[in-house]
Amino acid sequence: MSNYKLIYRITVLTAAVFIALLVGAAIIIAVGGNVFETYWIILSMPFKNFRSLCEVFTRMIPLMIIALGICVSSRCGINNIGAEGQMHMGVVAACAVAFAVQGLPRLIAIPLCILAAALAGGAYGFVPGFLKAKLEVSELLSTVMLNYAAALFYNFCIRVPLRDPNDATGTPMSARLPDNTLLSKFFRGTSFHGGIILAILLVVVIYVLLFKTTWGYKMRAAGASARAARYGGINVPKYLIIAMVISGACAGMAGATELMGLQTRAMENITSGYGFSGIVVALFASLHPIAVIPAAFFFGILLYSQVNLQILTSVPPNLVQTIQGVIILIIVALQMIINNPYSQEKFRKRFFKNQIKDIKEA
Amino acid sequence: MAKEIKELRVEHITKRFPGVLASDNISLSVGEHEILALVGENGAGKTTLMNMIMGLYQPDEGSIFINGEEVKFKDPNDAFSAGIGMVHQRYMLVPNMTVLENVALGLKESWKTVVDLKMVRDRVKEVSEHYGLAVDPDAYIWQLSVGEQQRVELVKTLCQGAKFLILDEPTSALTPQETDDLIKLLKRMSNELSIIFISHKLNEVKALSDKVCILRHGKVVFEGNTSDYTPKQIAAMMTGHEVETTENKNAPVEGEPVLNIKDLCVKSDRDFYALDHFNLDVRAGEIVGLAGVSGNGQKELAEVINGLRKVESGTIEFMGKQIQNMTPAQVIKRGMGYIPEERNIEGIVPSMSIKENIILKDSESSRFSKQHILNNKVIEDYANKLRDEFDIRSPHIHVPAGSLSGGNIQKVILAREIDRNPKFLVCVYPIRGLDMGAAEFIHKQLLALRERGVGILLISEELEEIMNLSDRIAVIFKGKNQKVLMKGEATTSRLGELMAGVGD
Amino acid sequence: MGAILVNTLTFTVRFSVALLIASMGEMFNQKAGIFNLGCEGIMSMGAFLGMLIPFSVGGAGAVPGYVNILGLVVGALCGALMGLLFGLVVVTFRAPQGIAGIGMQMFGVGLAGTFFRSFIGGQQSITGIESVAIPGLSKIPVLGDILFSHNPVVYFAYLLVPLAWFVIYKTPWGMKVRAVGTFPLAADSLGIKVNRIRYQSLAVGGAMAGFAGAFLTLCQAKQFSAGIINGRGFIAVALVYFGQWHPVKILMGAILFTFAESLQRQVQMFGQAFPYEFLAMLPYILVIVVLAFNRKSNKFGPAALGKPFNREMRV
Repeated sequence: MSNYKLIYRITVLTAAVFIALLVGAAIIIAVGGNVFETYWIILSMPFKNFRSLCEVFTRMIPLMIIALGICVSSRCGINNIGAEGQMHMGVVAACAVAFAVQGLPRLIAIPLCILAAALAGGAYGFVPGFLKAKLEVSELLSTVMLNYAAALFYNFCIRVPLRDPNDATGTPMSARLPDNTLLSKFFRGTSFHGGIILAILLVVVIYVLLFKTTWGYKMRAAGASARAARYGGINVPKYLIIAMVISGACAGMAGATELMGLQTRAMENITSGYGFSGIVVALFASLHPIAVIPAAFFFGILLYSQVNLQILTSVPPNLVQTIQGVIILIIVALQMIINNPYSQEKFRKRFFKNQIKDIKEA
Repeated sequence: MAKEIKELRVEHITKRFPGVLASDNISLSVGEHEILALVGENGAGKTTLMNMIMGLYQPDEGSIFINGEEVKFKDPNDAFSAGIGMVHQRYMLVPNMTVLENVALGLKESWKTVVDLKMVRDRVKEVSEHYGLAVDPDAYIWQLSVGEQQRVELVKTLCQGAKFLILDEPTSALTPQETDDLIKLLKRMSNELSIIFISHKLNEVKALSDKVCILRHGKVVFEGNTSDYTPKQIAAMMTGHEVETTENKNAPVEGEPVLNIKDLCVKSDRDFYALDHFNLDVRAGEIVGLAGVSGNGQKELAEVINGLRKVESGTIEFMGKQIQNMTPAQVIKRGMGYIPEERNIEGIVPSMSIKENIILKDSESSRFSKQHILNNKVIEDYANKLRDEFDIRSPHIHVPAGSLSGGNIQKVILAREIDRNPKFLVCVYPIRGLDMGAAEFIHKQLLALRERGVGILLISEELEEIMNLSDRIAVIFKGKNQKVLMKGEATTSRLGELMAGVGD
Repeated sequence: MGAILVNTLTFTVRFSVALLIASMGEMFNQKAGIFNLGCEGIMSMGAFLGMLIPFSVGGAGAVPGYVNILGLVVGALCGALMGLLFGLVVVTFRAPQGIAGIGMQMFGVGLAGTFFRSFIGGQQSITGIESVAIPGLSKIPVLGDILFSHNPVVYFAYLLVPLAWFVIYKTPWGMKVRAVGTFPLAADSLGIKVNRIRYQSLAVGGAMAGFAGAFLTLCQAKQFSAGIINGRGFIAVALVYFGQWHPVKILMGAILFTFAESLQRQVQMFGQAFPYEFLAMLPYILVIVVLAFNRKSNKFGPAALGKPFNREMRV
């Protein structure tokens, strides 16, 4: 991507965040909170000490992995809002496999669990992909319905088959995963875990897939104009399904890292809305795998602030969900401006007079 | 009821769109009961100008006068109440509503608590009897033929009390015979109405109009009485130079057909048979033109040859192998090339760069990728080479193909299709909407391809294009091949009769 | 067994209401060409306001009837406003509607949750609008229970179906809505303000979604919780497809869906052995299955559904 375009996008996105924060401020005032105090807590607490920064990093892991999957599906022209459900399925699979591979060396056990999660999530992504490609069922509707179904299935699993046999509290949850399937922490006393390695690895894989391979090329062509792609001999339904499977597999793996890195057992609400936040991150990154990293960092800060808001202020943490919603609304509304070549050109003329016309593009 | 319009005059109208000067200081006037023909190539700014008269666009500069008084139209309602009505090139009828409802949409008097369809029905009856425009008020639009829809459009406009009619390329979808009828009708109507008539078919302009006004690149380049000029003179002023058409002067081709279509039956999107036992063959190194009014199965024929549509029965034999119901990829692999009708959304992926569009059909070929990894360097060199060879005007090969002009988009498609050495080319409306320069370039390329022994199926509505380029001409009507004529046998009137379904 | 059936049917009539109103609202949106997936969020806000107003007047106790009605009205007003906000994003700024809908959903659900925690705090209940047995009719065996023992809003909701049909197919406004959703350029060429009609239908649709949300708290649950809508907004959108954009078919869809849900609840209460989660899944699976086998119905849909209008892109 050329220089001015990048700066242009960043400018527009900053404006989006700024407007969202203004809306947030109005809500904070409405609920009787202190705007500056609240925002100070949201923005400064993560940097207060290393432990809190690690909390942000921890949240980046599922955000990144899910957002990468969304990048693939959205670039292929299919909206995956079923990451919640795919993540649930990933957790179930990883959890079940974890107990089955007890005793195997870590280097085999962990990949097996992650693979299982990817397969489960991928299979769960296959369903809406197939329904869209072959039966023209709107993926927006089918993925939402599958989210509810998956949540129920998950609840059943932790209530009956995966239930901790030694639990006496009556809370539906699995037993603690065997040690050989747990992702290790980088620093003692922090929550930051090895899932980040998978996340970074996936950034590279998805980037190469989308922009350097023929598969990615075909997926992007199918997403940009299904008719032209079909005309060009691209099997659009096939790539639609593949994209959904990849997207679902990513969400499934995100579930596995959350389970094996952070929670150590499958319990209720394990997805904590990451499936939807992942969409915001992907949008915020303009569906570019590398931009997912900073975008996830930003939303990691926002999600971490939920904890602090709860403890330190009277402002309900639901505020964060509201702000995410506002950011989506603003970003999609500004998309016309973001992708508008004329306003880009104006921007370039205004601020980049001296720059020679660059010809490279991502 | 609107007052009589003695004169409609526009003065110094200028309209800019991002990157385009659509109207450049245009002035013209139309008097009572006068028919003005507004001619010019596609993209010359005719429709934009008319949309400003209708209040759909606001001019950036200049003004509109009716009977000497300046008027400002904020939206079409203002134009309607001044007595101006327009029939757009693409009919503005809601397909899943009845004729009555469509008329009612534009008839504010009928908007009571409940839509007063009885009143609308009376009005439709009155107008259609007065002008001799028969319409079935209870038919749904989707049930009507193109000609019938045009009558509905006229009735709709007249029901609004229009005294001044603007017709945007009213004959573009009609057969020559239907066109003659329309011209007679308009002649008759001009006793009561004033008409602006947009066209680029010069014989119609000659037959109908009193005055002619020629636009080129948003400017009026000529205005005068039609009777003083020959069509050739008008054409010269329209394009800025004497028209030189590229012609195929070669001897007829002998040999075995490369493409042989037998008894082909294909369904349209709306589930009726668009091709009905269609037969056609094309030899290597031969251009076969397929004439016909659009909507008679041309689109389906092009799609079915290229694997984009299902065959119900019949066979398509290509280079000795049956290819019906193969996937597009399989057909492409066998050497089929295709220049589709809708170049902006089907021929290219608009948001992808020229470079990426060039390899649309070949991303998996060993030339551009190994083990599914794209070879960026080779692709770029190739795209640059084609850009030079085919004179694609763009700053570089990384601009989105959709941002190019129509002619350049067509060149991108042509470059891709020709340079992959096809054995056959299906070519649909290849020069529609292009300026003469681009059209000439494309015709030359097609003839060169013919020299190389490639069979070409040229589907077009422009009889002149077909008669100039083809070795043989087939005529399609209601999904059937009416007749195949040799180049020498075809005349406009003969083709016209065949296109209207009159057998001989 | 008979009791289960009567109960199921009674619940069906009552519980289908929220879904029915929301779907009717969404039908107006979609007829005009707007796909509003934010219905869930709008319903959340409606539900919250439906709780807030009677609660702030009388707490858990009974409040005068007009306060409850005010709750419904304010819920509807808020819904209309949110519909207009959605219009700003997808009509004026021409944003892609699917994702914008998700933003609207997060916004509405989040905002309702935020306000709920600040203004109400925790689990509270209200008296809400009580059911009324219609004298005479409610005494009819079986049918009396099923049809004539509901609260007045239920009957109002059912009246909306013929009303919506009348508005869409008989009035000039409905005619314009249909034109705008099918072929906006044609409407535009006749001087009909495409975007204005779309805003209007979004306000109507939003108001109905907000009303449906308020109904949930005031007439059904008598309390608010963050998950109160629980996907009903999404299902309402799906029902519009299911009902092929026709009010009567949407009504049948709402009843069928609620029947499946009520039956599931009844079975859950009686048969403990079968894991209830699988029964609870049924309605969601049902929606998918119906959409999958109903694909021909897409042809009945408004042709311009989901496409922003831009006059300058006339081609």
